[in-house]
Amino acid sequence: MSALAEPLVPVANSVAARMKPVSRLSDNAFRWLCLAMASVVLLLIVLVGWQLASGAWSTLRQFGVSFFTRSVWDPVQNDYGALPFIYGTAVSSLLALLVATPLAVATAIFLTEIAPRWMRQPVVFLVEMLAAIPSVILGLWAIFVLLPLLPKHVFPALKSALGWIPLFSGSTSSGYTMLSAALVIAVMILPIITSVSREILRSVPDLQREAAYGLGATRWEVTRIAVLSYAKKGIFGAMILGLGRALGETMAVTMVIGNANKISPSLFAPGNTLASVIASQFAEATDDTYRNALVAVGLVLFVLTLLINYVARLLLRLGGAQTGAVS
Amino acid sequence: MIRNSSPSFTRRAFVAAAAAACLGLGMSAAAQSSSLTGAGASFPFPIYSKWFAEYKKVDGSVSINYQSVGSGGGQKQILEQTVDFGASDGPVSDENLGKAKGGKLLHIPTVAGAVVLTFNVEGVTALKLDGPTVADIFLGKVKKWNDPAIAGQNPQTKLPDAEIVVVHRADGSGTSYIFTDFLSAVSPEWKAKVGTNTAVSWPTGLGGKGNEGVTSQVKQNANSIGYVELIFARQQKLPVADMKNSAGKYVTPSLESVTAAIGAAQIPDDFRFSIVNPPGEGAYPISGVTWLLVYEQIKKDDKDPNKGKKLVDFLKWALGDGQKYAKQLDYSPLPEALQKRVLDRVATIKY
Repeated sequence: MSALAEPLVPVANSVAARMKPVSRLSDNAFRWLCLAMASVVLLLIVLVGWQLASGAWSTLRQFGVSFFTRSVWDPVQNDYGALPFIYGTAVSSLLALLVATPLAVATAIFLTEIAPRWMRQPVVFLVEMLAAIPSVILGLWAIFVLLPLLPKHVFPALKSALGWIPLFSGSTSSGYTMLSAALVIAVMILPIITSVSREILRSVPDLQREAAYGLGATRWEVTRIAVLSYAKKGIFGAMILGLGRALGETMAVTMVIGNANKISPSLFAPGNTLASVIASQFAEATDDTYRNALVAVGLVLFVLTLLINYVARLLLRLGGAQTGAVS
Repeated sequence: MIRNSSPSFTRRAFVAAAAAACLGLGMSAAAQSSSLTGAGASFPFPIYSKWFAEYKKVDGSVSINYQSVGSGGGQKQILEQTVDFGASDGPVSDENLGKAKGGKLLHIPTVAGAVVLTFNVEGVTALKLDGPTVADIFLGKVKKWNDPAIAGQNPQTKLPDAEIVVVHRADGSGTSYIFTDFLSAVSPEWKAKVGTNTAVSWPTGLGGKGNEGVTSQVKQNANSIGYVELIFARQQKLPVADMKNSAGKYVTPSLESVTAAIGAAQIPDDFRFSIVNPPGEGAYPISGVTWLLVYEQIKKDDKDPNKGKKLVDFLKWALGDGQKYAKQLDYSPLPEALQKRVLDRVATIKY
């Protein structure tokens, strides 16, 4: 035995001896490579932030807080205030969220609680296809299909029903409005809210549902008491993720919002957003002050998007911890 | 496996290095002929690409790359000397000229364009307007189509009692520069309240991105009026308004009436101008030119000593033979007198 075993040990040793340095090298190389790649992502975000901040610095120094509170946008006098764009971004995004959330959550509930099994996969696929449509295509669709329709049928109806609210007052003759932009954004954020909500609902333990059924609850009651109340925070997180996307939507918004750089009380009036004003004006901005003001608008958008996404992650983590899902 | 990965890793690295070396060789081979880089305005991009392609037949050793990034980017890059020439639809401001790193920056007019008013009013195919009325429409003071200011100039046309939907450019553009310069010249109120620039603070109306954005908004909104580049209106066969010129005549915008306008205009020696209300019965009142931006002393490039000469040769060709391609693409060529003045200026460029 020992006579047989003995020669094996040195062989094994020598194999190990030959292997070790090589494997350690490649392991280390792999480790450092991954680390480098991962830091590139971080570095990119820091650089983008730095670049925006340094570009925006002179604007913020010149105009101070009033850059955020005034609604002047005058490249002739070089006088800038970003309030109309902040307002436009906030209103169009929140409105989009208001329209998209019920649709998305209802779709998610249908997919997890109601739909027969054979139907789920195709519907999920279709919803995800919606996310794959390029922004500019949706914009074209809006221009050719949605915009001629809205002022003819939807806006007058809204006005006659809700005209006493200033938001729904004013002329309804044009389709290029804040409301149209919000509707287009709603279509764009629908998929992300749907699929995240679906994941959240799926992570609700079946025990929870069975217990509710055991108490004699109807399907609606089960969904409301056992599922929705459980998944509340997660769904809210999904909404905020959708909001994060809505804030940055650019191309389709520029195409339909009417690009008027002022605040109008009515949703039937044109407006503008942070992303859209950069997209439309940056290329031909020849003056440094003008250019920097647009960069400052970019900084506002950057900070806003980071904040919103951070809040969303936080809520999703809280919601996930509650439902037992790891996100 | 692990042991194998190491040699294959080196092999791959070798292949990558070899590929990089090939690329490097390719680049140094290309550098033997001259390669010029330009950046800027998108409005003249079609004619510039045509010129670059045609010029390749004249002098095969020159290849010209043009990035159509907008006048802002074009001005910035030529001021920083990161390109050999810039292109802009609006003239460079005095402030920016002071920032030029390579000394005196020249404006070289290349082709002309005009701004036309297009409209969408049911049953109306022709419209006559004068400058002050257009200014009042864009100021939001003339609100209805049957306002006496419009109706008075169009007694034969039945104009509706409907609100005017004003459409302007949302992006900065040379088209807006020429248009607002015209409005400032004809309306003191416009000059005081809004002014002249590639982008302004519009008192009223909807904004569309690009000529196509304005056009689609005009087409979709009943009772609207907007302004677009003449080329675009011609290609899209849009209805356009006849404008009253300084001789009191209503002139239909056309390539000829634009060239006539430039021929009649007083043009300063630095060629920074737009043509607003020039004299002459056949002159269309709202037109302007687009420029290439070149340093008077072209930057020396040790790797490519011929560069300066090649650029000047190209400019001479563009202002001579090149002009004949303008009309094919719906741009107005420069009148001959101006061509000659610009060529004299190009001849002073040092390299």
